[in-house]
Amino acid sequence: MNKPLDSLSAPTRRSLLVGATVVGGALLVGCSIPDALSAGSKFKPGAFGPFLKLAADGTVTVVSKHIEFGQGNHAGLAAIVAEELDADWSKVVVEQAPANAKLYGTPMMFGMQGTGGSSAINSSWTLLRNAGAAARAMLVEAAAKTWGVPAAEIMVSNGIVSHASGKQSGFGPLVAEAAKITPPQAPKLKDPKTFALVGTDLVRRKDSAVKSNGTALYTQDVVLPEMLTAMVAHAPRFGATVKSFDDAAARKVPGVVAVHKIPTGVAVVAQSTWAAKQGRDALKVEWDETKAEKRSSAQMLTAFKNLASGKTPAPEKNGWAAFESKGDAAKAAAGSGALDIAYDFPYLAHATMEPMNCVAMVGKGPPRLVFGSQFPTLDQINTAKIATVLPGSVEIETLFAGGSFGRRANFASDYVSECVHIAKKVGGGRPVKLVWTREDDMRAGYFRPMVHHTVRVTTDAEGYPATWRHRIVSQSIMKGSPAGTPKLDDSAIEGTKGSPYLKATPVVDAQLLIADTGVPVLWWRSVGATHTAYVMEHTIDQLAKRAGKDPVAYRRALYQKAGAKRHIAVLDLAAEKAGWASPAQAGWTRGVAVHESFGSVVAQVAEVKMENGQPKVGRVVTAIDCGTAISPDQIAAQMEGGTCYGLSAAMYGAITLTDGVVDQGNFDTYRVLRNSEAPTVETHILPSTNPPTGVGEPGTPVIGPAVANAILALTGKPTLSQPFVKA
Amino acid sequence: MATTVDVNGRALKVNAAPDTPLLWVLRDELGMTGTKYGCGIAQCGACTVLIDGQAMRSCQMPVSAVGAAKVTTIEGLAGTHPLQEAWVKLDVPQCGYCQSGQIMSAVALLAQNAKPDDAAITAAMDGNICRCGAYQRIRAAIKDAAAAPVATSAKV
Repeated sequence: MNKPLDSLSAPTRRSLLVGATVVGGALLVGCSIPDALSAGSKFKPGAFGPFLKLAADGTVTVVSKHIEFGQGNHAGLAAIVAEELDADWSKVVVEQAPANAKLYGTPMMFGMQGTGGSSAINSSWTLLRNAGAAARAMLVEAAAKTWGVPAAEIMVSNGIVSHASGKQSGFGPLVAEAAKITPPQAPKLKDPKTFALVGTDLVRRKDSAVKSNGTALYTQDVVLPEMLTAMVAHAPRFGATVKSFDDAAARKVPGVVAVHKIPTGVAVVAQSTWAAKQGRDALKVEWDETKAEKRSSAQMLTAFKNLASGKTPAPEKNGWAAFESKGDAAKAAAGSGALDIAYDFPYLAHATMEPMNCVAMVGKGPPRLVFGSQFPTLDQINTAKIATVLPGSVEIETLFAGGSFGRRANFASDYVSECVHIAKKVGGGRPVKLVWTREDDMRAGYFRPMVHHTVRVTTDAEGYPATWRHRIVSQSIMKGSPAGTPKLDDSAIEGTKGSPYLKATPVVDAQLLIADTGVPVLWWRSVGATHTAYVMEHTIDQLAKRAGKDPVAYRRALYQKAGAKRHIAVLDLAAEKAGWASPAQAGWTRGVAVHESFGSVVAQVAEVKMENGQPKVGRVVTAIDCGTAISPDQIAAQMEGGTCYGLSAAMYGAITLTDGVVDQGNFDTYRVLRNSEAPTVETHILPSTNPPTGVGEPGTPVIGPAVANAILALTGKPTLSQPFVKA
Repeated sequence: MATTVDVNGRALKVNAAPDTPLLWVLRDELGMTGTKYGCGIAQCGACTVLIDGQAMRSCQMPVSAVGAAKVTTIEGLAGTHPLQEAWVKLDVPQCGYCQSGQIMSAVALLAQNAKPDDAAITAAMDGNICRCGAYQRIRAAIKDAAAAPVATSAKV
């Protein structure tokens, strides 16, 4: 997600503070937000600070304030510390931080602890360099004292502290002495030119072995003494509540222990997963659908289209909001020979491999959660509200998560809250593992919003945009935030907002209208760019085609007008590596797209052919400018994976509703990309000395338009709705 | 109802009801959590185990149907199978949740076809979804392992 809480206003800060204080009954007025949010925490960091632990056996433990659910951030975070510490990389391990906003919060996220916006490396860069450098200085000083030599004469390299006299030591024997030294406040950092680890292929994942032998621990795998497993019957329509239920059959299922009504449905608690499922399936629930969303997604899309065209007037409150607009709006609406197009994007499920789940213990000591927490501070706040304790006192042990793609960062901590409600009913601190089936996961919502764009562009004598009129109708992801829906929600326009093409266009009239439905929506890997990159990049190819210009040359000319140097650099690199100047191999057609998101700029050239009436993507040449590259191999992995994730959605992804009921439930109806359909991605990283920027998300939004542009080149026809392959 | 299942060469006593899927017997009763739940309808492959050497979806196999067949799970590979070594060498996993199933499908493939080409690999692996999209590294790791000498220590 893009700066998820960045656009929250001052009132939100206050409401967060209130949320943090009122529930515990303690008066924390005058505290900073991180102080308030961490009040009640018993956690104390060690001598080397919150991000680093050194052990007597020489093990270097890097404490990650961010969850690892595939992005490879743990490799990068560890490498940053190891570089400044001059540690032996083979002795470096990574551990998840406990929940503590004061120690592990991110300023960009309001001081809350969380992972999102492709910001883990960026937000840790300076912190971890300092942590590594400070510990290095402490080890050097300890050695100087022990050996009776000047600190300035001591060297550290690859985990060995040494002096010209021949004295040397690993870190382990020096740890006890070093721990007594006050950490330097401003330790000397390395000149990046001297980096020996960062930016090299030595930086590898630390978790590949445990993820290849079945021992990596996910929430699904947690086993605790006396633990019970719960499943919940959810309403088939969003907004419905439990009217009544009959649990007689459920209670007869062997292994079922209890049935509880909770705010989101009816929970069956059992001694095993299978018993919980059989019990849940045996429940008879009657739902109160008075406030339920009963429309079909097709009706919702029609409503969005009518708002975009003006057929339905915008509501007076929260009406159209302008961005990037300049010049005479009337001019942008007029003019002959305009390219006049509209695009539709469906709801998308995240469909992580591990469906949502959580383990909670409530009712004995502070509440304790064990699961893959993406936003520990939010999960603490929401747990505290249910358990009526101080948020900071809620203990969270964060495990690996089987993917998230935005799903686990939720203002309401939806499935976490559900688990806490059940654990509270069970009581006594007894562990309860909430398990969602695939169907529960796919139908419970929090989808990428459905979005409609209309675009009208007139061109100058040379075929470049002269006027650009743009309308976006979308639900707001921020609706569930403490601040409520902002009129101009950045997460719905990012990518159109800030586009170099709009910068290069003299007259722009761009506006957003937030529409609402009863379907819950959320960030989905690359957020706004999932649709804006497609609209901007596919529109550009249609304009280039009308102008009779080459798509790469056409883009380069617009980037020059906009002063978008990084866009030019990645475009040129991708075009060169893909051999854009020479014809594609026989039978294949190329398409190009470029997009900036999360601080990084990505260009892709995709080779596409039509097979059995649907696009087949072969080689995808990718160029990325992500600032300083920490782990080139993991950057490549994210480009490979991000491309598959984006291609899966563009080709097949759609959640639809009929009369308010989600039509899809599992991978038989929600088609996703499979191995034979996955392209071979080639990644080229632009050398850079800037601070590192995002990698997890920027690879996702570019492939869709690159493929659509190849189809345009092949067939002459634009592709104006996703998915390409209709169910 | 007590029955016995042969898992990774050990005869293990199981008390689950006969219709309980093998997946939940492995995970909940036998404590072997390397085999994952992903879909429950044999669509994603996260629960793949070997039944007498064939890749099967344990979520759709009642424990009563296993009979005397030999079950091999990811735990049975002991981390030393050439495919596991290739997985680590190429840093295949991202979130890692699907990888037990991916590896078990690949083990069955190599047992039947020691030098699979691209088409054979994707045909054998198309039943295993990876939402992180580690597909190209999975293909590369299978090729890497296929080129490696077969380790005699890995029991399959």
